[in-house]
Amino acid sequence: MSQATLEIRAISGHAGSVPGAGVKRELEVCKLIDTTTCIGCKACEVACLEWNGLTFSETTFQNSYQTMPETAWNYWNLIKFNEHERDDGSLMLLMRKDQCMHCEEPGCLAACPADGAIVQYANGIVDFQQDRCIGCGYCITGCPFNIPKFSPQARKVFKCTLCADRVTQGLEPACIKSCPTGCLHFGTKAEMKELADHRATQLREHSGFAKAGVYDPSGVGGTHVIYVLHDASDPEVYGGLPADPHVPWTVQLWKKPLKWLGNLAIVAGVAGVFIHYLRYGPKTVPEDLQGGKP
Amino acid sequence: MSTPHLLPNGRVLRYSFHERLVHWMAGISYVYLLLTGLAFWSPWLFWIAAALGGAAVSSQLHPWAGLVFVLAVVRMYQLWGAQMKKTPADKAWLEAMPHYVRNEDESMPSVDRFNPGQKILFWGFWWCGLLLLLSGIILWFTDAIPWSLRFLRYFAVIVHPVAALLTIGLFIIHVYMGTAAERGAFGSVVRGDVSRAWAKRHHQSWYESIVGESSAKK
Repeated sequence: MSQATLEIRAISGHAGSVPGAGVKRELEVCKLIDTTTCIGCKACEVACLEWNGLTFSETTFQNSYQTMPETAWNYWNLIKFNEHERDDGSLMLLMRKDQCMHCEEPGCLAACPADGAIVQYANGIVDFQQDRCIGCGYCITGCPFNIPKFSPQARKVFKCTLCADRVTQGLEPACIKSCPTGCLHFGTKAEMKELADHRATQLREHSGFAKAGVYDPSGVGGTHVIYVLHDASDPEVYGGLPADPHVPWTVQLWKKPLKWLGNLAIVAGVAGVFIHYLRYGPKTVPEDLQGGKP
Repeated sequence: MSTPHLLPNGRVLRYSFHERLVHWMAGISYVYLLLTGLAFWSPWLFWIAAALGGAAVSSQLHPWAGLVFVLAVVRMYQLWGAQMKKTPADKAWLEAMPHYVRNEDESMPSVDRFNPGQKILFWGFWWCGLLLLLSGIILWFTDAIPWSLRFLRYFAVIVHPVAALLTIGLFIIHVYMGTAAERGAFGSVVRGDVSRAWAKRHHQSWYESIVGESSAKK
């Protein structure tokens, strides 16, 4: 049995069986981010840096409150700020905490060729195991959310772990712990969905946000990080949150049909030339047979 | 070519030292690329990377080996590009290919230095090599590609394995032809020479031009 406290449900680049597939009862965890009550204080950004002991590096100022343009290998949690002009001409400062979405069907894991470099725990957390990572960067291509980031120093890829180390010990992730407004929640997926739906209904019925809703994209099988948005019909305005994320179709084509076709073709090719030799033998030059080497 | 093709020992020089060197520069780098590539292609073959010094090392060296391969192929193009050009006679040879497959070589039209099969191999590796180079550069610097240009990654991730699979098909046939099937061919790319009979049998037009060339000198 695995020494890991968390049961493993899926393993990248893995040929054999998976130890934790359906063995134990385990609740699926979920982080709920209510963008309507976020004040952009960045306590979650600091808590993430502190708990994970990440290094500091220079960033780029882009005339906004946003700390840097996108998450980095040493910056896994970033609030995306967008001054959004609504249809009636009024302005809204949208703030969305961006980090790994912990997809139910993770594109990073599907694209990864290294055995065990990316695992999905039974509780839904998708975690990178840097000791197994080979630094190829395929996970970067597989991710529809632009989350995995390559560290040139380590030659490995890093991202948010949903504080798997804290969750193992029954603690909530560091970002949740630090949030002063309570816009961040952590619990089971079922509980968080219920809370999110409740909040969205409240926004629709009492706060004048007729299009308020919950972001839990089905294109990646749902996510273990879900959002409440003022306007769920246009997630793109929240710092580029994809409206309908999918694992890129070329990645799916490569990992499914092409893999089987390719394997079949290689085996058929080797068998074909072998059978040809059995049937027809070598090409010989008649004159050579009478003397001298070919 | 300055080196005379008819050797003093009565044999025919098929590939010069330079040509052999370039061939093996391509061959050895290709085998390394194939093995490490297959390791990343399928989890069932991941052990190959472990055997070659670890998967992290393999993924770091794979692109460099790719550059060596591309250099060799470019040099091959300079050496053989002109001789690999399609000629009107190729059509007849390709139509007669079932005889070639059945080893009925006496029924084949005579060919120059490279037969149309070899030309297909060469151009197959040339064009697939170009696709592998372009997609390979994108995959090598994946992290440097901005999010707005992510379609480049999506393109590379499918083009690279498709082009590689095509070269694997060519490679299987090439290795089979060059070792087991066509006796004398392997020696030609190692030692460089073939017997007169071999040259006459498989590349008659080429052989005749060599004989003509050497008798013209006398």
